[in-house]
Amino acid sequence: MGQTIVEKIISRNIGAEKVEPGQIVTVKVDRVMLDDIMIPFIVDKFHEMGFCRVWDPDRVVLIYDHLVPSSQLDDIRHYKVGDEFAAKYGIEHVHRSDGICHQLMTEAGYVKPGDVVFGTDSHTTTYGCVGAFSTGIGYTEMAAILGTGTLWVKVPETIRIHISGTLPANVMSKDMILRIIGDLGADGATYRALEFTGDTVERMSVSSRMTMANMAIEAGAKCALFAPDEKTAQYCGVSLDGFQPGLAGDRDAAYLKTLTYRAEDFVPVMACPSQVDKIREVKDLAGLPIDQVFIGSCTNGRLEDLQAAAKVLEGKQVAPFVKLIVTPASRKVYEEASACGAIGTLVKAGAMVTHPGCGLCCGRTGGILWDGERVVATNNRNFLGRMGTSKVEIYLASPAVAAACAAAGAIVCPL
Amino acid sequence: MEQFTGKVWVLGDDIDTDIIIPTQYLALKSIEDMKQYGFSPLRPELAGKIEKGDILVAGKNFGCGSSREQAPEVLKALGIRCIIARSFARIFFRNSINNGLLLMEQPELWDHVREGETIEVVVNSHVSSNGKQYPLTSLPDNLVEIIEAGGLVKAMQARNGLAV
Amino acid sequence: MGMTIAEKIIALAAGADQVKAGDIHTVNLDRMMSNDGTTHLTVDMYHSKLNTPRVADPKKVVFIVDHNVPSDSPKTAAAQKKMRDFAKEHGIDFWEGEGVCHQVMMERYVCPGELIFGADSHTCTYGALGAFGTGVGCTDLLYGMVTGSSWVLVPETIKFNLTGSLPQGVYPRDLMLTIIGQIGAGGASYQVMEFCGDGAKTLSVEDRMVLCNLAVEAGAKTAIFEPDEIALKWLTDRGRRPKAVFKSDEDARYVKEYTFDLDKIVPVAARPDFVDDVVPAVQVCGVRIDEAFLGSCNNGRIDDLRVGAAVVKGRRISDHVRFLVVPASRQVYLQALEEGLIDTFMESGAIVMNPNCSVCWGSCQGVIGENEVLISTGTRNFKGRAGHPSSKVYLGSAATVAASAVKGEICTADML
Repeated sequence: MGQTIVEKIISRNIGAEKVEPGQIVTVKVDRVMLDDIMIPFIVDKFHEMGFCRVWDPDRVVLIYDHLVPSSQLDDIRHYKVGDEFAAKYGIEHVHRSDGICHQLMTEAGYVKPGDVVFGTDSHTTTYGCVGAFSTGIGYTEMAAILGTGTLWVKVPETIRIHISGTLPANVMSKDMILRIIGDLGADGATYRALEFTGDTVERMSVSSRMTMANMAIEAGAKCALFAPDEKTAQYCGVSLDGFQPGLAGDRDAAYLKTLTYRAEDFVPVMACPSQVDKIREVKDLAGLPIDQVFIGSCTNGRLEDLQAAAKVLEGKQVAPFVKLIVTPASRKVYEEASACGAIGTLVKAGAMVTHPGCGLCCGRTGGILWDGERVVATNNRNFLGRMGTSKVEIYLASPAVAAACAAAGAIVCPL
Repeated sequence: MEQFTGKVWVLGDDIDTDIIIPTQYLALKSIEDMKQYGFSPLRPELAGKIEKGDILVAGKNFGCGSSREQAPEVLKALGIRCIIARSFARIFFRNSINNGLLLMEQPELWDHVREGETIEVVVNSHVSSNGKQYPLTSLPDNLVEIIEAGGLVKAMQARNGLAV
Repeated sequence: MGMTIAEKIIALAAGADQVKAGDIHTVNLDRMMSNDGTTHLTVDMYHSKLNTPRVADPKKVVFIVDHNVPSDSPKTAAAQKKMRDFAKEHGIDFWEGEGVCHQVMMERYVCPGELIFGADSHTCTYGALGAFGTGVGCTDLLYGMVTGSSWVLVPETIKFNLTGSLPQGVYPRDLMLTIIGQIGAGGASYQVMEFCGDGAKTLSVEDRMVLCNLAVEAGAKTAIFEPDEIALKWLTDRGRRPKAVFKSDEDARYVKEYTFDLDKIVPVAARPDFVDDVVPAVQVCGVRIDEAFLGSCNNGRIDDLRVGAAVVKGRRISDHVRFLVVPASRQVYLQALEEGLIDTFMESGAIVMNPNCSVCWGSCQGVIGENEVLISTGTRNFKGRAGHPSSKVYLGSAATVAASAVKGEICTADML
C-alpha cells in the first residue's frame, strides 16, 4: 500500500517506514515561523513553561509583517519583545520590514521540499507549494516547540485534487482555488491534507501553486501539498536529493477522495461576502459598483500577480473615486516588480503602492473601509469586519479580475 | 464524571476567529484588554452579556480562520464554560485544548436549543436540553492527557521540573 | 506709500488700490484646499449649520486625502468617505493618494498672485511661487466655500535678505531651521516672511517651498518669494500662467529686516520638543535613534530623495532603525522610480511608502513608541506628535536623516 505526500514526509521525519491517517505521532520540527502579532504571547508562554534555551535558534525565523509599518502604539512593543527575545536566545533570522512571513519563508529559502514546518499563522499551509508539510499552530504550541523541537500531530487523511488541461487566458490559480474551496466548503477539508496533481498543476509556476496552498486553510485543511519538481528545486535553490523527487503521492496511496477538474472548465470567480466558500462567477456579479481594490497579501502579492494587474491597467486609469492599493508580498517582489516596470505602470494608473507587509489583509491599516463600502481584494479572507466595519462588503478575486474592476469602478470580468 | 449547567448563547455556522476577536485588537497588551471586543463584528453587545459559566452552542466549523490563540483565550476570559458545536476548525480546536477550554461536538443540539435556556452537560456522556438528551463523544486519549495536566503550559512546566 | 508682495495680492483680491498692514479687507479667494485632517468636520458644519447650503464655486475648491493614506481605521475611513461623497456630489476636484496636499497644490494649482486658503497650517508653502497661501480653520474654510470670499487682516511683512549661496552638504532645510532658531517660534507671528536678495536667486522653487513651508513654525501667516524668472519658468513648464506677478515696491514698509548669509549656514537639527530649539547637528550626534523619516511637504521632494539615496547607496540601514521613505507625491515617486532612487532605498532596507503625510502627521503610519527617538525631515517635533508622549523627535535635513538611519544614531552625512 502506497503513501500520500504528507504520509511520506511524516514517515521520513519520524523514521518509520509508513504511517496511517489517524495515527498520532511526534515530529521533529525542521523550521518554525514566528510573526510579530504573536511574538509577545509566544515569549510569555515560553518563559512560563520554564524553558531557558531555544532548541535550535537556526531553525527559528522571526518575521515582522502584520504590524509593518507601525500603525498603533502597541505595535512597537511587539518589535521590542521580538528583538529582545532574538538577541537573548541567539535567533539570527529576523526580518523587520522585508515582507509577509509566508512569502519570505519560501522565497528566502527557509523551507525545503520534505520539511516539517510550523508557524503561528494559519496560512502556514503555504509552504506545501514546495512540497513541505506545514501548518498553523497557536502560540502555546509554538512556545513548546521552541523548547523541545517537537510537536505531536495526527496524520491527516488526504484529499486529492486532480486538474488536467489548459486554463482559459483570464483564469488564474486564485480562480481555481476559490472554486475548489466553494466545492469543498469552508470545513470540507478540516483535519485533512490536500494534494494537487495533474498536468495543469505541473505546468503552474511555484507562485501560482503558492496561492492554492495558501488558501487551503479556507477549506479547513491542515496542509496542502504539491509534489516538488525542477521548478521547485530552482525556486528553493536546491537540487532534488534522493528523497525529494520521490515526494509524489503513490499510485496506490489511499486517498479519502479525489476531486477531478478539467482546466478548461474554470472561469473567473469571486468569493462573496462574508464567506470564502460563497463562490459566484464574476460575470454574474458584473456591474456592481466598488469603492476600493486591494492587490496584495501572501495569497496574491507576488511578481506574477503584480504583472497580471499591470497588464490589465497598462495605459488605463483607476476609475474616479476608486482607490487601488497595491502591497507587494516582499521586498524582493517589490524590487523585481520595479525592475520590470510593473510598479511604474500601476502607479501611473493611480495605484497607491505601499511597503511590503500584510497590509489591508490583516485589517489593522492599509486601506480600512467604512459602512456601505465595497472592496474587491486578492487576499484570502472576506470575513465580517476584517477590513473595517461589519458593513463593509469584501469580494475576493484574482489580481487580473481585481485590476479590471479598479479600472471599471465596478465588478467586471476581464477577457 | 464532570457535570455542570449553564446558560446558552447560540451562534451560527462558520464563526471565524476574526469575529471572535478582530485583528485590530490583537496587539492590545492583555487578553483582559481584548475580551470586551469579543464577537464585536457580529454581535457587539455579546461580550458584555456573557457571564461566567455560560455555554456557547454553535453550528459547523466554529473557530475557522486564523491561528490566533487569543480567540480561545478571550472566550475563556469572558467566562465561557464550554463550547458545543456541530464541528470545530482544526487550529482553534488545538488551541482550546492547550488552554483548557472544553470543546464538544454535537450534531443535533444546535437545531433545537434556544438562546437563554439552561442546559446540563455531562462530559463525555451527554447534554440535556429542554428534557431531551443529546449524546457527546469522548476526547482522544492524548488530548485528555493534556487537559488532565492542566493544559500544555503546565505539561511543559512539569517536563522542565517546575513545581506547579 | 509702496506695498509688499503680500499687500499687493490682498489688494487685488479685495479690489482695492491700496492696502496697508492692520487693515481688514473682504477678499475674493482664488482657491480653497481642504484635506482629510478636517474636511469631515467642515462637511458636518455645512450640513448642520447652514440654512441654505451651497458651494459658491466648486472649481475653486480642492479636496485632498493625504493624512491617513491608505486609511488606518474605521474612523478615518468614515471621515474620508464623507469627504469623497461630498466631492462627488458637488463636483469638487478630489485627490486621494496623489501626495501631500501642499505638494499636490503646487504641482497642479498654485499660481503667482493668488490668494489661497487651506485648512492646514503649512498652506504658507505656496509663497514659493509668489502666491499668498495661509492656513485657516474649518469655519473659515466653510465660509469661503459657501461665499467664495473671506476677510483678512493685512499682515505686516518682515524682510529676510538672503546673501551668498549654501555650501555643499548644506540644504535649504538647514537654512530655514537656522532662521527659525534665531527668530524663535513666535518670531514672525501673524506676519509675512518675505525672502529676497541674491541668495534667494540661488534657490529653486523646490528650495523655496522648504523655506515657505516652515514659516508657520515661526508663527508666520505666510511666507513669500517674488515670482522671478525661475518661478515663472517652473510655472510655464507645468502649463500654468500667473494671476499676477508682483514685486515689493522700493518704499514698501517692512516691520523688520534680517540678513542671512547662506555661506555661513551649517547642518543643523531642531531638538525635541520645539522647532526653534536649533543647534548645529554635530551637537546632537551620537543620540541613538529608533526610526528615521524622509518625507513630508517640507522635505519629501525629488531633491531630498536624491540626497537621501546618495547617502544610503551601497549601505545598509541599521538593524534597529526603521527608515521610512515617503515621497511627497505620485509625480515625485515616479521620478524617483525612474532615477532608480526607490530601488536604492529598497536595497538599503528602507520602508518605502506610498505618498502621504506619514509619521509627520504622526497619528498612524510609522508611529513611534515609548521613549523612542525619531529623526525626521517632517515639519514639527512637538511633544508626542509622532506617537507616545515620552517619545522624542529631532528634525534634520534629508542628508542628516539618511546618514543617521545608516549609523543607528544621529550623525551628519560627512561622518559616515
